[in-house]
Amino acid sequence: MIIGVPTETTAGEMRVAMTPSSAEQIQKLGHTCLIQAGAGKNAQFSDADYEAAGVTVVKTATELWKQADVIAKVRPPSTAEAKKLNKDKTLISFAYPAQNQELLDLGKNKGASVVAMDMVPRISRAQKMDALSSMANIAGYRSVIEAGNNFGRFFTGQITAAGKVPPAKVLVIGAGVAGLAAIGTAQSLGAIVRAFDVRPEVSEQIESMGAEFLFLDFDDASDGAETGGYAAPSSPEFREKQLECFRAQAPEIDIVITTALIPGRDAPKLWLKDMVEAMRPGSVVVDLAAERGGNCDLTVMDEKIVSKNGVTIVGYTDFPSRMSAQSSELYSTNIRHLLTDLTPEKDGVIDHNMEDDVIRGATITHAGEITFPPPPPKIQAIAAQKPKAPEKTAEEIATEEAVSLKKAGQKQIGLLAIGGLLMLLVGHYAPASFMQHFIVFVLSCFIGFQVIWNVSHALHTPLMAVTNAISGIIILGALLQIDSGGFIVTLLASVSVLIATINIVGGFMVTRRMLQMFQKS
Amino acid sequence: MSLGLQTAAYIAAAVLFILSLGGLSNQESAKRAVWFGIVGMAIAIFATILGPQVKIGPLLIIILIIGAVIGTTVAKRVEMTGMPQLVAALHCFVGLAAVFIGINSDLTVVDLAPAEAVIHEVEVFLGVFIGAITFTGSIVAYGKLAGKLDGKALILPGRHMLNLAMVAVTFILLMMYMNHAGSWTLYLMTLIAFVIGAHLVLAIGGADMPVVVSMLNSYSGWAAAATGFLLGNDLLIVTGALVGSSGAILSYIMCKAMNRQFLSVILGGFGTASGPAMEIEGEQIAIDADGVVTALNDAEDIIIVPGYGMAVAQAQQSVSELTRRLKAKGKKVRFAIHPVAGRLPGHMNVLLAEAKVPYDIVFEMDEVNDDFPEVDVVIVIGSNDIVNPAAQEDPNSPIAGMPVLEVWKAKQVFVSKRGQGTGYSGIENPLFFKENTRMFYGDAKASLDQLLQQIS
Repeated sequence: MIIGVPTETTAGEMRVAMTPSSAEQIQKLGHTCLIQAGAGKNAQFSDADYEAAGVTVVKTATELWKQADVIAKVRPPSTAEAKKLNKDKTLISFAYPAQNQELLDLGKNKGASVVAMDMVPRISRAQKMDALSSMANIAGYRSVIEAGNNFGRFFTGQITAAGKVPPAKVLVIGAGVAGLAAIGTAQSLGAIVRAFDVRPEVSEQIESMGAEFLFLDFDDASDGAETGGYAAPSSPEFREKQLECFRAQAPEIDIVITTALIPGRDAPKLWLKDMVEAMRPGSVVVDLAAERGGNCDLTVMDEKIVSKNGVTIVGYTDFPSRMSAQSSELYSTNIRHLLTDLTPEKDGVIDHNMEDDVIRGATITHAGEITFPPPPPKIQAIAAQKPKAPEKTAEEIATEEAVSLKKAGQKQIGLLAIGGLLMLLVGHYAPASFMQHFIVFVLSCFIGFQVIWNVSHALHTPLMAVTNAISGIIILGALLQIDSGGFIVTLLASVSVLIATINIVGGFMVTRRMLQMFQKS
Repeated sequence: MSLGLQTAAYIAAAVLFILSLGGLSNQESAKRAVWFGIVGMAIAIFATILGPQVKIGPLLIIILIIGAVIGTTVAKRVEMTGMPQLVAALHCFVGLAAVFIGINSDLTVVDLAPAEAVIHEVEVFLGVFIGAITFTGSIVAYGKLAGKLDGKALILPGRHMLNLAMVAVTFILLMMYMNHAGSWTLYLMTLIAFVIGAHLVLAIGGADMPVVVSMLNSYSGWAAAATGFLLGNDLLIVTGALVGSSGAILSYIMCKAMNRQFLSVILGGFGTASGPAMEIEGEQIAIDADGVVTALNDAEDIIIVPGYGMAVAQAQQSVSELTRRLKAKGKKVRFAIHPVAGRLPGHMNVLLAEAKVPYDIVFEMDEVNDDFPEVDVVIVIGSNDIVNPAAQEDPNSPIAGMPVLEVWKAKQVFVSKRGQGTGYSGIENPLFFKENTRMFYGDAKASLDQLLQQIS
């Protein structure tokens, strides 16, 4: 199959869906690669680089769309582009099908297969194709850089000869991939980072990145597992609590990065006008949800504005595109992994397997039909949290312990009784001389049990070696017999003495060797 | 030396043996404890040789010297990884000696009162029986541990019936022997006991070897005790009972660590699953040395979980060197040892000690299991079942309920493993498919040496 990548037509889009290195990997799957001249220019990949990687450079977009069987893109296709599709062509790009009915209809009428990178299900196996995550990671990083660019102070606290500098305080709202990336970046620049998310189960992830989780004391917390790891809208009471918490933070926070998005809805308003007004002049708000209306009241999409009290509010929507080399690298790798799944035999033949959870989920039109929205995946993205058993009270524990102690006691008494009976039985039949030895035997067993329980686990091997050596005491028996009979008796006894000696000497020597190796640091 | 003096010497020896075992409660007192054992043994042997029943001849002295030389050579030469085989081999000597002594006792006719004669005959029979089982059992265990026999469990059809039948025949032979049917009954029984011993151990798989070795340890003690009864020698009885109970407790501890019933281990064959195993999601993701090195450099708190694979690859020196270098960088490095790691109780501890890993950073399962969530990196070297989360997550798993090291709770887990195969028990390990697990394929020693090249 021929995989073609045209130049992005959306204004300001700097990314490209194929890099020379991803092209090499795609060719290993048996495909041929095409690229439109100059497609990689904005991401610092020249046509010569592509040619060196074995990619054919095509002059115009028209020619490319004609030749290629599979077209890979970053942005959703324009109407003009989508009209070039036909039943033999497959398109792979971001598509946002829920808001893009026109593309769905076009794909259906043309009979083309359209695979939406933003619809790849969030299951472990599909992580390598999850372009939303890889782009969100970049957006999170870039948002901190943008904030720093507009923030007139240090991130890290310093004590210098010229005075003390307090560290910047950063608040990250929404700890998805972008939020976590932002936390990590701000943290590594030296800022004090706080973070909030409506899903309480991410508190661990936030803390693992080194930020402080703003904890809301609220019962009806939703479990993100039901929504495939995404946030769900929250109740009005919860929202009120949440805003109250933010309002308290606003005066001391220098930088706010908001990343709160709910799938298929407008972004929730979380950083209200009065909070911006409460912030100090020179503070920065970076709104990563600007494309969906913004989390901040004052956000203007694609623009940077300064509020009346001197707070900068950044509403850019093209963060990944601002780091086109890095984001092209990651996006093209996502595409390459998707192509790997679409080419299971590595023979250059695309097998559009609609039974596969990942491919089924990402495909929005196929064979003249709209296949969006997909059925829920067979595998739950995240295991549902099991309800915890109610904690036992101290009293219950005490009674349980008492019961088990009592049971153990009864068992012990039972065993002693049985043992006693057996002793009586033996004593009744066995002669007195035997009973004398028997006492010794039973007492020794008891001593053995008491002593061995105290042996440290680490010394079990030396214990075996030393008991081994000691069991060579059987040599005494052989010694006593060596002169007490005919030739055979002496022979057998002599052999016994020999092997028992090996046992004793070998056992002790090896134990000593082992124990000497145990050393304290 | 008079009999009274001899008995006094025996009492001293018995006390020294008890002190010797008791001293193993920690590493420092253990070094002294071995000397108690050695001195006790010397006292016992000299008291016997100098006693009235034994004449010192040149032959006896030559035999003792030869035995001592062989014992010393073996003990000096053995590799620490070969310890399980050595222990098994030494057990078989005790078994064989018990058989010979029993037969000798049958050959040396003594006049006894009827009641005592019955007891005596039972003692002879029992001593030989236990001794014979210990002998062949240990030989087979040695063969399996040394890799000379197939480690897989040999499951004969109707093996329980077979064992039962053999024991029944033994019992009949005992009855005949007591009715003076002649010595042939004793010899025939010896042969049958040889078969029972071999068959018992053949039916037990490699992963259960720690139990088998400690069980044979126990048997060798009981064999000595039985011989003691036979000869009316209290020191033999005391020592045999000590060793026997020691082995029994070790077997119990091992079984508990695997959540198995003692009987089901002894009777062999691995527990069969009660339902289909849980499906495992995800894939095994491989990683190369560079990736592991990066993670190790970033980590603060590291736990290493060694297993039998480390012993096989002789990787303990490399592990120790890695530990030393990581510690020099100020990282916290610990070892977590599962009670049944390896093929012998405490096997891993000895190997690590040999490689000069200080014992105060080596911890038992219960001591570290709660710490895993705070650990940055866990390196699993050649262990499989003892870190298998299926034991907790999958009620149908054959190892369900077995206590395991909860390594998957750590932030990142690297598994050093030869290939994608399953462990000794043949159970899939969901750990390898977890998101925070990376597989570091290759021979354990070669893999660790790669790491060492990049960490200085």
